[in-house]
Amino acid sequence: MTANDNDQLKSDIRDYFKSNMGKDARFADGDDIFADGLVNSLFALQLVTFLEDSFKITVENDDLDLQNFRSVDAIADFVGRKRNNSAA
Amino acid sequence: MASYDALRAEFEAFAAEQIAPFADEWDRNGAVPESAIRAMAEAGFLGLSIPEEFGGRGLDQRGVMLLNMAVGEACSSMRSLLTVHLALVSETIARWGTPEQKTRLLPDLASGRKIAAFALSEPLTGSDAKNVHTRYVRDGDRYRLTGRKKWTTFGQRADLFLVVADGEEGVCAFLLDRSKAGKSLLLGPLDGMLGTRASLVAEMEMSGCAVDERDVLGRRGLGFLQIVNTALDNGRFSVAAGCVGIARAALRAAAQHANTREQFGSKLRDFQLIRRRAAAIALDARTAALLCEDAAALRDGGSPKAIMRTAMAKYHASAAANRAADHAVQIHGALGCHESSPVQRYFRDARVMEIIEGSTEMQELLIGEQAIKNPDLIID
Ligand SMILES: Cc1cc2nc3c(=O)[nH]c(=O)nc-3n(C[C@H](O)[C@H](O)[C@H](O)COP(=O)(O)OP(=O)(O)OC[C@H]3O[C@@H](n4cnc5c(N)ncnc54)[C@H](O)[C@@H]3O)c2cc1C
Repeated sequence: MTANDNDQLKSDIRDYFKSNMGKDARFADGDDIFADGLVNSLFALQLVTFLEDSFKITVENDDLDLQNFRSVDAIADFVGRKRNNSAA
Repeated sequence: MASYDALRAEFEAFAAEQIAPFADEWDRNGAVPESAIRAMAEAGFLGLSIPEEFGGRGLDQRGVMLLNMAVGEACSSMRSLLTVHLALVSETIARWGTPEQKTRLLPDLASGRKIAAFALSEPLTGSDAKNVHTRYVRDGDRYRLTGRKKWTTFGQRADLFLVVADGEEGVCAFLLDRSKAGKSLLLGPLDGMLGTRASLVAEMEMSGCAVDERDVLGRRGLGFLQIVNTALDNGRFSVAAGCVGIARAALRAAAQHANTREQFGSKLRDFQLIRRRAAAIALDARTAALLCEDAAALRDGGSPKAIMRTAMAKYHASAAANRAADHAVQIHGALGCHESSPVQRYFRDARVMEIIEGSTEMQELLIGEQAIKNPDLIID
């Protein structure tokens, strides 16, 4: 994945967060959105479907470590890893 | 795959022949008979959306919707079996189970050799579902479950229970095999429900029920986020489609009665106030169906909007079924208040639909939150 791809990925994730938290939600790429109570519990499932739908990955039981989903940075890393694995 | 028209015809013919004629009797007896559950199993309905590799029919959510509509039109108690066995438990295992769990459990569930139930609610825990009091503790390489569950639909009959419990590692979901639980699991019937009276509702008492480590469903500590949310999303879709069935049944009954009953020298159908009620039922039946179709398309397309639209379908369809059944009772007059007419059953069955799988208030909070944060997600 190039640096450009990664920037685009993060931008898509940020947009998705905003669409669920309200347009004026403020968060940094490293902020833990679950700990800050910015999202309701259904959001986690919506997020999984969003990632599968947008980035053509399959999220499996073993992937469901909250560490993979806590922040924009964490999700971008996770998606990058999934893509690399499926390309390998 | 068969066309949706062919599927609908198959499901409606089954429901008309094998369910509808007996639904009032089952309701009065407070139990759907085993032979009817077997017939559902033999038709492949109990594994409708389970992948073919695990013995299911491998149909999509649109197929699931059509089945719930057809069975729901005939009998909400029997339709509840689809909600708990297929939507809440089997589909959730198919989504999040380990390969070992899927191979071991899904063939028996898909064929109906084993029946599953969903044990989340407790005497002290309903809407605030995260706050379960049932506890698990580790015991070597097993877990032990202790606590009470209530309102477990088909719990009297189930072989396998998806039990939600709290403990050291956070909320977890366990697959409890009744045959292995022995005396540590006590099940009692919960008779006397207002609606879905034949759905074999049970209460459960677990005193140290042993569950193997391999029977934890989903990640430890993510039992609520992952398993309960997935299950309830599936369940809401099943209930929503079932409610369309109730509204359709109410419409058919109302039309039939309005076409035959005479007062003041005219058929009821000739009175404009009766037509207004018929129009209201018609609108509710159709709008509920359209919201279900919308949710089905999003679910089958893997859209992240599917969860919210499913909640909207459930919210609207359950209220619509109540209004429709209420109008149908009114159009029937005294007959609508007596067990000789099925409309009193529709009325009672519809009522519980606004309480189960997240009450009307829970859906309002959820949809309202989303609507305010991001109207576009709901409009598009
Ligand atoms: C026929 C039937 C079958 C069922 N089957 C199952 C089953 O198979 N498995 C299972 O686990 N459970 C089952 N249930 C239980 C069902 O899930 C619960 O009834 C439901 O979650 C609501 O919980 P409660 O009844 O304890 O109501 P409560 O949570 O006590 O709520 C009472 C009322 O207060 C409202 N309320 C609660 N909190 C709020 C709030 N924050 N804001 C506004 N209003 C609020 C509710 O909407 C409701 O109207 C079944 C129930 C019925 C009636």
